[in-house]
Amino acid sequence: MNKRFHMQQFLHLTLAHLKEVTRQPAVLFWGIIFPILLSIGLGMAFTRSAETIHHIGFVRSDAFDSPSPAAPDIEALFTRSVHDPHHTLSIRDETSFTLTVHDDTLGDTAYLFETGSWDESILKLKQGRIHMIMEMTGAGVVYHFDPLNPDARLAWHSLSPLVDVDAPPAGKEVKTDATMPDADARVSPLEMPGTRYIDFLIPGLVSMTVMMSCMWGISYGMIDKRSKKLLRRMVATPMVKSHFLAALMLVRIFINIVESALLVFFAWLIFDVAVQGSTGALALVFIAGNIAFCGIAVFVSSRTANTEVGNGMINAVVMPMTLLSGVFFSYHNFPEWSIPVIGKLPLALLVDGIRAIFTEGAGLAETAPAAMLLFLTGAVFFAAGLKIFKWH
Amino acid sequence: MKPVIQLKSVHKAFQSVRAVNGIDLTVFEGQFTAILGPNGAGKTTLVEMIEGIQRPDSGEIRILGLEWKGNEKTLHHAIGLSLQETRFIDRLTVWETLRLFASFYDLGKDRVSEILETVNLQGKTGAYTMNLSGGQRQRLALALALINRPKVLLLDEPTTGLDPNARRDIWSILLDLKHRSNTSLVLTTHYMEEAEQLCDNIMIIDKGLVLREGTMDQLLSEDAAEKIIAFSFETPHPPCGDFDKKCPFPVYWDEKNGKGTILLSNIEGQLPQFLDFLNTRGFRIKNMECRRKTLDDLFTALTGRRLDE
Ligand SMILES: Nc1ncnc2c1ncn2[C@@H]1O[C@H](COP(=O)(O)OP(=O)(O)OP(=O)(O)O)[C@@H](O)[C@H]1O
Ligand SMILES: [Mg+2]
Repeated sequence: MNKRFHMQQFLHLTLAHLKEVTRQPAVLFWGIIFPILLSIGLGMAFTRSAETIHHIGFVRSDAFDSPSPAAPDIEALFTRSVHDPHHTLSIRDETSFTLTVHDDTLGDTAYLFETGSWDESILKLKQGRIHMIMEMTGAGVVYHFDPLNPDARLAWHSLSPLVDVDAPPAGKEVKTDATMPDADARVSPLEMPGTRYIDFLIPGLVSMTVMMSCMWGISYGMIDKRSKKLLRRMVATPMVKSHFLAALMLVRIFINIVESALLVFFAWLIFDVAVQGSTGALALVFIAGNIAFCGIAVFVSSRTANTEVGNGMINAVVMPMTLLSGVFFSYHNFPEWSIPVIGKLPLALLVDGIRAIFTEGAGLAETAPAAMLLFLTGAVFFAAGLKIFKWH
Repeated sequence: MKPVIQLKSVHKAFQSVRAVNGIDLTVFEGQFTAILGPNGAGKTTLVEMIEGIQRPDSGEIRILGLEWKGNEKTLHHAIGLSLQETRFIDRLTVWETLRLFASFYDLGKDRVSEILETVNLQGKTGAYTMNLSGGQRQRLALALALINRPKVLLLDEPTTGLDPNARRDIWSILLDLKHRSNTSLVLTTHYMEEAEQLCDNIMIIDKGLVLREGTMDQLLSEDAAEKIIAFSFETPHPPCGDFDKKCPFPVYWDEKNGKGTILLSNIEGQLPQFLDFLNTRGFRIKNMECRRKTLDDLFTALTGRRLDE
């Protein structure tokens, strides 16, 4: 009897929330699609900074004792730069070096080379930490990148004229291959699934959709009813308050599953984007992300009855996270000190988790900590939100 | 008769505003009570404290002998209410809205059909609540208030803004309820006629205080000698400020209609005095009538404002 009562109440609350959303396509558009479009625009604009930094993987497959760059090696590769006062070549540490081209009008361009094995470099590329791999082979230099990635193309265009391909690597004679006169600098397009920009982008978009949908959907469901005095009317009945919030969240998660499935389906259909890792892990991280953002949404809109104030607060949460969390471009481009902090943002946790499963083939073991952190975030914010929740 | 609602010395203030400033109220089983008062009198604040939505700063509130604290669940089951303004989920139909609220009380479809008939909304079951007329919306609010067959019904301005026909529809639903059940009702209103038609007991409040309380007859027979003189002048109308300062009795001057009323407790002595006053001021009477006091007049005399202002 008591159980049936709770079931009935929960069922009807869920149905009411679901109908409210599905009967109002404009809310779906303005609440979810529009912020995505807006964020794409902002994300594009944000990539243009005064100093352009290209992160490039540096792989030596011409067989040397150590993959670490030695100063003479590098100077031989960039002979022109060594003599040009506008160029600075510097060794940063054991595994990386930079070439900076100074330009007063266009802004400086820096090429940050990170040396490593082929496998390490491919992993970095999938994570978006580098967008091109420069491989030194016995026959010369090969550039590996996704031809559709504009940043990578730009890096290649501007970098390749600076590279002195004639310089034989120190300590080794280079055989000139007569059948390949133009083999000195070649482009090898990376087109295998998991390495393209679209593979990088789709997990970011899925995560952002989840965040936007939770934040806007849940707060709409609460602020609208609060400003209409409907919440006040509802809690003057024996309605169980937690049923109301749980039903709101359930509907939101259901909608997010449908939306994300659609997004991934089209990405698969058009671009052949596929999940390389464990689907169980994907489900876990996805649900954890939903819980995290539902919790944050409940917290953010737990008090205001004013839609505009609510919108402002949501933007204050959503905008910085969208820009920082590596949805459109890797956050590894940000200053080094900020990266560990950014990496703990809920959106970054979700993006990194989903991206690792999509492109790196990660499984439960790799993603469980992030999922736990997301669950915890959701639980803490939900509890805090419930504590200060204003029903009247 | 059992007291169903008991308020003792209830106070509530918002910052500097004393919205309710020491009100006592007792409502018995089956009794209908109206709370009359001008805008800002404290009606909504008072009713919402009875509903458990707002908490009093001090004083005692008991419903069915129970305090709110610790008895929320029991009282929520026993009370039906409508707020001064509630809107519903726009794109939920009348049926779905009622079904949702029914589920809060563990009631099913049968009760929803029944209540639809009671408030005469059978023709609108499939309509979105956003497309209802004002009168239909108020009837839906009433249906939500009645759905759990409440022992205590609390309605905050259930007919404000409705045309006379729509208002009468609601009255007939409530009168029907009065005859068929022993529900107790507290309603707030600006309409004297509403209080007169529906309620046994009337309480006039202003600035958070009770000015008069009693049955209609009691209110109007207090100071039975009181008479109302209504008058108008040949043009030009005198400015209303003139009266307040110099007239020997309080005058209510209706600028828009160019009419005034005074309340006289001793007509033989005071009427000549009033006429003398007008004469010396040079006002020429166009029309004058003497009538029995109505609730409207009493209200005006007590608060200095008209009920419908
Ligand atoms: N939440 C609040 N914060 C501050 N002041 C309030 C609040 N609620 C009511 N008041 C003030 O308390 C007084 C009484 O308000 P209340 O709403 O009870 O009046 P009312 O009699 O219902 O008026 P109306 O006929 O216009 O509905 C008013 O002066 C109002 O401004
Ligand atoms: Mg009011």
